[in-house]
Amino acid sequence: MTDVLAVTDHRRGELRDVSYEIITAGRVLADETGGDLHLAVISGTVDEFADDLNREGVDAIHTVDYGEEFNHDVYTQATTQLYDELAPQYVLTPNSVNGLDYAPAVANDLDLPIVTDTIGLETDGETLIATREMYGGKVETTNELEGEAVVTIRSAEWAKAEGTGDASIEAFDAEIDEDAIGSTVTGFEEVGGGDVDISEADVLVSVGRGIEEEDNIPLIEELAEALDATVSSSRPIVDNGWLPKNRQVGQSGKVVTPDVYIAIGISGAVQHVAGMKGSDTIVAINTDPNAPIMDIADYAIVDDLFDVVPALTEEFQ
Amino acid sequence: MKILVTVKEVATVEDEFEIEGTEIADQYLGADLNEWDDYAVEEAVQLQEDGIADEVVTVTIGPEECEQTIRQALAKGADRAVRVWDDALEGVDLLDVNAKTEILGAVVEAEDPDLVLTGVQAGDDSFGATGVSLAEEIGAQWGAVVNHLEHDLEDGVASVRRELEGGVEELTEIDLPAVLTIQTGINEPRYASLRGIRQAQRKELDVQHLADIGVDESAVESELELTEMYEPESESDVTVWEGSADETAAELGELLRDKGVAQ
Repeated sequence: MTDVLAVTDHRRGELRDVSYEIITAGRVLADETGGDLHLAVISGTVDEFADDLNREGVDAIHTVDYGEEFNHDVYTQATTQLYDELAPQYVLTPNSVNGLDYAPAVANDLDLPIVTDTIGLETDGETLIATREMYGGKVETTNELEGEAVVTIRSAEWAKAEGTGDASIEAFDAEIDEDAIGSTVTGFEEVGGGDVDISEADVLVSVGRGIEEEDNIPLIEELAEALDATVSSSRPIVDNGWLPKNRQVGQSGKVVTPDVYIAIGISGAVQHVAGMKGSDTIVAINTDPNAPIMDIADYAIVDDLFDVVPALTEEFQ
Repeated sequence: MKILVTVKEVATVEDEFEIEGTEIADQYLGADLNEWDDYAVEEAVQLQEDGIADEVVTVTIGPEECEQTIRQALAKGADRAVRVWDDALEGVDLLDVNAKTEILGAVVEAEDPDLVLTGVQAGDDSFGATGVSLAEEIGAQWGAVVNHLEHDLEDGVASVRRELEGGVEELTEIDLPAVLTIQTGINEPRYASLRGIRQAQRKELDVQHLADIGVDESAVESELELTEMYEPESESDVTVWEGSADETAAELGELLRDKGVAQ
């Protein structure tokens, strides 16, 4: 029980970035346990994926050629069978929407503890020390567990593995019980669409929970108009139906990289930050000086948006 | 059809707080119905209003103090509630996914629902894993991060949308019985009406101990131990503009002109 098994993520024919990041996370653990890093790539064009994943630090890649896209029953069965075959100490998966759709089932099936959404991992070979956040990112915690575990890793926390590896690539003959497959993916849809593509905007005036109610949204729209900017938002605004889905910035919305991103009344949950941290200049307007958005902002105004926004609008009108 | 909704009372934290050991000091904590569970309750109640569900039952792992939160769910339309608590759970720092799974699994076995709805995650510990783990435990199907559910549930199939990353949704058909973890935005959770709040006081809130549901005390011994809690280090080198709203707006105005993005 010294090896590490890391399962990769792909969608619609493309490996997702976290698949390269999980190699880095897995290699660190495998070095400490003194074992090998095994990758699993399940469904899709597995041979092409395996070639791409054969990067420095990978010892073996196991391909499971079954179906085109993610199906949680197939992933659960293939991963548990690989665990039985390889007996690794740790099973790593991405903490993606799909990762969370099968990793807990794998842990339960194998009767292993699971620790999710980790942002740091260490081990001395026996004890795993996992860093994760609680209370919406207000605190970080360290968590320890002994022995084998299933661990999911947050995306963009580890560097992507580079270089070319010399891993063995082998087809793994998983016995998929088709009768146990109880869900079918029937398609994918891009959400939002609509008239505006916020990922193309040079300046985004982005609004969050701090706006308090729908009737206040025009305040932001007036500012955007005065600046010739585009209005975007964090998740709660879209959840409330105050703006359409195509305006949502974040992990489940759009990734944006404008010249200037003005975050108004946005606290900066990690899912939101994932969508806008590549902005050239970030300005935060927020009453809470300790809000996580302040950690990535270049400029900040710690004040009531209901005072600052009208003043700024007036300046440009 | 019977729907079981898992409901958690989560701790909320003030903007300014202090940490004592591996906990946030009590005086900085509040309590609320977990945001994601609020959407799950709403979805269940809407299924009842649409004539799909006959009964909506909530289940909560928590001490007596959380009954006020459970009553919120009852006031919004759930028919009755089950609360599981036990001396063995007092003082447990971190109830891990396996422990929650075993306790909730026992309640599911007793209630035998056709559909279980849970929030995607809890706002405090944010594991995001209990729903899927529970499904595997009870031998049901599942779907994680569901942001749309067709309410006809024709032929024992739930047609759902799962919210993937990057503005993509997956359309999936899931056989019932199933556990669905509900994402925010799937509906608009209602406020409890005064009538609902009054009615909630009279609804059944059944308290069960671990032995009552056939769970051994050893199940709550978490394999995961919380060893440290601290405020994350700020990586910020943010320039904070000070002054009146007019002054700070003028600073921002100047920046936007300098950047050439406004005139």
